[in-house]
Amino acid sequence: MSASPVYLDAATAAPPHPVARQALLAALDDGWADPARLYGQARRARQLLDAAREAAAATLGVRADELSFTPSGTAAAHSAVLGGLAGRRRVGATLVHSAIEHSAVLHAAQRHVAGGGSAVSVPVDRLGRLDLDAFADAVRAPGVALAALIGASHEVGTVQPVAPAAAACAAAGVPLYVDAAQLVGRVPVPAGWSVLTASAHKWGGPPGVGLLVVRKGTRWESPWPADERESGRTPGVVNLPAVVAAAASLRAAAADAAAEAARLAPLVDRIRARVAAEVPDVEVVGDPVDRLPHMVTFSCLYVDGEALLHALDRHGFAVSSGSSCTSSTLRPSHVLEAMGVLSHGNVRVSLHRETTVADVERFLAELPGIVAALRAEAGVVGL
Amino acid sequence: MSGPVGEAAPVEVLDCRGQRCPLPVIKLARRLPELPVGAVLRVLADDPAAAVDIPAWCRMRGQEFVAAHDEGPGYDVRRAG
Ligand SMILES: Cc1ncc(COP(=O)(O)O)c(C=O)c1O
Repeated sequence: MSASPVYLDAATAAPPHPVARQALLAALDDGWADPARLYGQARRARQLLDAAREAAAATLGVRADELSFTPSGTAAAHSAVLGGLAGRRRVGATLVHSAIEHSAVLHAAQRHVAGGGSAVSVPVDRLGRLDLDAFADAVRAPGVALAALIGASHEVGTVQPVAPAAAACAAAGVPLYVDAAQLVGRVPVPAGWSVLTASAHKWGGPPGVGLLVVRKGTRWESPWPADERESGRTPGVVNLPAVVAAAASLRAAAADAAAEAARLAPLVDRIRARVAAEVPDVEVVGDPVDRLPHMVTFSCLYVDGEALLHALDRHGFAVSSGSSCTSSTLRPSHVLEAMGVLSHGNVRVSLHRETTVADVERFLAELPGIVAALRAEAGVVGL
Repeated sequence: MSGPVGEAAPVEVLDCRGQRCPLPVIKLARRLPELPVGAVLRVLADDPAAAVDIPAWCRMRGQEFVAAHDEGPGYDVRRAG
């Protein structure tokens, strides 16, 4: 392939923001000491950590002492779920969550259930939107310790009704945890949550940094062995250079977020329309309107998802998939399953600040031929 | 998961056990149009994705998804048109 590769998987990891690179390199020189020690290098590291926390908190509109850095978005989600449940174990042992949470949340829920707790999964509709009435009913039931709702689906981009879900939780006196990994740095985060998590490599920060925010007054108890760092919320020393880069790039991404959303949303509209029109037997999934500005997902009938990803890679397109055929577990994506939409031949395209109109046009120009070739190879033309 | 009592018996069973998605859907798409309108075809498929993809195919193709059965697992589809 002579054309340069086109990276369209920002929802997994956005290419590093230039600000992240600068901050990371500077902090490697300046921020390698342990911020907890009592000498000059440690004080410098402490200043960097405090400044990073202040900056990230200011960007999210929360207090600095409410925000902790974690080793990943996954670790933050585990802490949010298990810590939120532990803090309210006297009230009950039930976790209410949507059927389309990230696997990090579902795996923490499994751990909770294995330990004797219970979990209630609330369905979504065909577009991937939470059934609000069922959610409100579930959180009103006795013994609910915590509710969890993903801010927007990481697989299909449908934005979830966080504000009304938070109102239902508040009425029931149940804290709401929002996994905002696909929102933070891209779109405003709705109010009303008690615990929030995010992941730096989704907004152009380095991999391996997550955010855990626990609002004042929330009963949250660390599920980990005792450790004093990060207000007792994250055991172990943080990767300070990466944290500094994460905070700096978050501020930069948030400053550009509205403009980027306005630029990317029409490109996603274009992909949604052209894929539906130009690829036969395709189902474009997720809410066409209430959705993330940078993500679109579709499924191609009769096409093996893994074969499609490989073919796209050979043509220079990096995309991902929630399809069963690409995961080791051989389960269909629990998100697509919950929506009741086609799970094979699934492609998720997610755009970022370096994505150009030309990139999208090239993808749209080549996709129909790539799908047609795979169908011809499999002998499924005209079915 | 069984359908209502008295539901039409399948005229044919397609055994797609051991086949990975999307093969069971492809076999269904090949065979169903060869059956008379109103006939029910049962697809046996143990890839869990079939539980999602066979009903989704019916919806996309305007065919009728009748029922899922635990044994097999099996999926009954009626040719609607
Ligand atoms: C919604 C959501 N939550 C959590 C995570 C986990 O974040 P990380 O990759 O930093 O572990 C991701 C990323 O895969 C995500 O999309």
